[in-house]
Amino acid sequence: MSGIRYSFGADEHIFAEINEEMSLEAFFKGMAICKELEKRRTPGVSEICPSNASYLVRFDPDLIHPDKMLGTLQEIEAQVGEAEIELPTRIVEMPVLYNDPWTRETGARFRERHQDPNSTDIEYAARINGYKSVDDFIAAHSGAPWFVTMVGFVAGLPWLYQIVERSKQIEVPKYLRPRTDTPKLTIGHGGCFMAIYSVRGAGGYQMLGITPAPIYDPQQRLPYFKDFLAVFRPGDIVKFRSVSREEYDRDVEAVAAGTFNLTFRPVTFSLKSFHADPSGYSRHLAEVLNDH
Amino acid sequence: MTIEVIKPGLATTVQDAGRPGYYNIGIPLSGALDQYALRVANLLVGNEESAAVLEATLLAPELVFRAPAIVAIAGAEATPKINGGPRPRNESFSVKADDHLTFDFIKSGARSYIAVAGGVDVPVVLGSRSLYGLGALGGFAGRKLAAGDVLRVGKPQPGARAGRALPGDLTPTYPRSLELRMVTGLYFHRLTEEAANAFFEDTWTVAPEADRIGYRYRKGRPLSFRERKQPFGAGSDPSNIVDAGYPYGSIQVPGGLEPIVLHRDAVSGGGYAMIGTVISADMDRVAQMQPNNLARFVEVDMATALKARAEYKAREAGLRSTLSA
Repeated sequence: MSGIRYSFGADEHIFAEINEEMSLEAFFKGMAICKELEKRRTPGVSEICPSNASYLVRFDPDLIHPDKMLGTLQEIEAQVGEAEIELPTRIVEMPVLYNDPWTRETGARFRERHQDPNSTDIEYAARINGYKSVDDFIAAHSGAPWFVTMVGFVAGLPWLYQIVERSKQIEVPKYLRPRTDTPKLTIGHGGCFMAIYSVRGAGGYQMLGITPAPIYDPQQRLPYFKDFLAVFRPGDIVKFRSVSREEYDRDVEAVAAGTFNLTFRPVTFSLKSFHADPSGYSRHLAEVLNDH
Repeated sequence: MTIEVIKPGLATTVQDAGRPGYYNIGIPLSGALDQYALRVANLLVGNEESAAVLEATLLAPELVFRAPAIVAIAGAEATPKINGGPRPRNESFSVKADDHLTFDFIKSGARSYIAVAGGVDVPVVLGSRSLYGLGALGGFAGRKLAAGDVLRVGKPQPGARAGRALPGDLTPTYPRSLELRMVTGLYFHRLTEEAANAFFEDTWTVAPEADRIGYRYRKGRPLSFRERKQPFGAGSDPSNIVDAGYPYGSIQVPGGLEPIVLHRDAVSGGGYAMIGTVISADMDRVAQMQPNNLARFVEVDMATALKARAEYKAREAGLRSTLSA
């Protein structure tokens, strides 16, 4: 990988593009640099935001001159060298009702903004990615786990990138024109990224399903919001489990009753082991969830 | 002491100096969009300069004070009235129990800041009382004000008094047409040369879709991006990039059509190429632009941005020394 491209966002930001294209290597390098910068607690640095294949730093130029800030980041780049190959992190399983009635209904309302008005989002996504059926597509989507490679757009919204070889990455275009509505907790996909819509609102991603598990709650009502009001952090690994309508309804009731929970388990991701055997390594990661 | 909302206005929210530190999980700074006016209003009533105030947008609210208080209004040029009688802007005045506050129409600027001695008392969430609307976080009940809301006010500082006024040389004006200084970069290189020139040559008009998230501008020529084989993950439109973090003040041009300057309730990231960033010293001026006001973007270098910032900070220091006395 060649060097990072740095650019100032006026007097308070530095934007660092690890690579123009998305890859796990670029994401890992950005994470490694952001972690090191966080550890240094450099006075004047107020925001450190890793994001897919880049990262953003906000700083107070009255406390650290922009040139000094840039120098610090370049020094850290040299220090971390190539992408950190081991990432200690955590994995969680999330239930998803694929091809659900709510996102289908929403999709139907915005058909004139879609590439293929005659099929649903998930049928379209399955077809253009070469899957014979929606079920095959769901099996691929929920088969291998996903990295949270960015959290943002709005509060607590995770962007995820599947832990598979590039040839197996699911890719779909965004809507031709964004919708003005997306149900809360929609599982969406755009480009090579999927996203879980943390709040209801506008959106341009293809809608594939919906999860019963809240991921952002300012009132922190469920056990897994005990420490913070948003669930995901960059670097988290998420495995999706395709559930039936009955299971989904049960989970929704549990959420209302305050008894629903998500369990995070520690795991270490190794880029080297992944490259040696991508599908085997994916299965190995998922097994962590069944070890208990 | 409480304040009751009779009419909420277009978009009146509780705001303070903001909530830094959570942008990495998509929670933006928030806080008063015009930070200078926030400080003016607070210092006039003897508050800490970062205390929580009400930010009113375009159409101001009607409020009733349920107990005597010291009040100051800063920001947009709109005359405040108590029970129908005019009161000065940028000068603290006293109100009696059950006095009604209304405003005349705005002559210039877009946002008024209503400070009350003691500060608006809503719960502190992640270090700030500011509302972040998209996340239903902070502010009054996680939303903008509605008719019938009753806001509590904290205990005034000992120095709170009526008749403290902002000197004329520290009073900003809000022209209908202005220049916004920006540093190019980020994905500016993705624009064609003609588009890059057109962006700076054209005069842009503030669109009705201008809010705390971002200011949208229109009526300039469409901007084209250089054709390329799009990088993996970037999406198909040439204005798309692999989704990345958006700086505050950064300018994106979805589809090359309407530039958007992100402000303090920014969406924290996305897949639209940013072509540069408005300098920190000009963000308050963006906040006071009304729909149909005009802007030209002017390219400056880092030295100029830092000099403008130093001048802004000097004005702030002037405020403190003048109004804290």
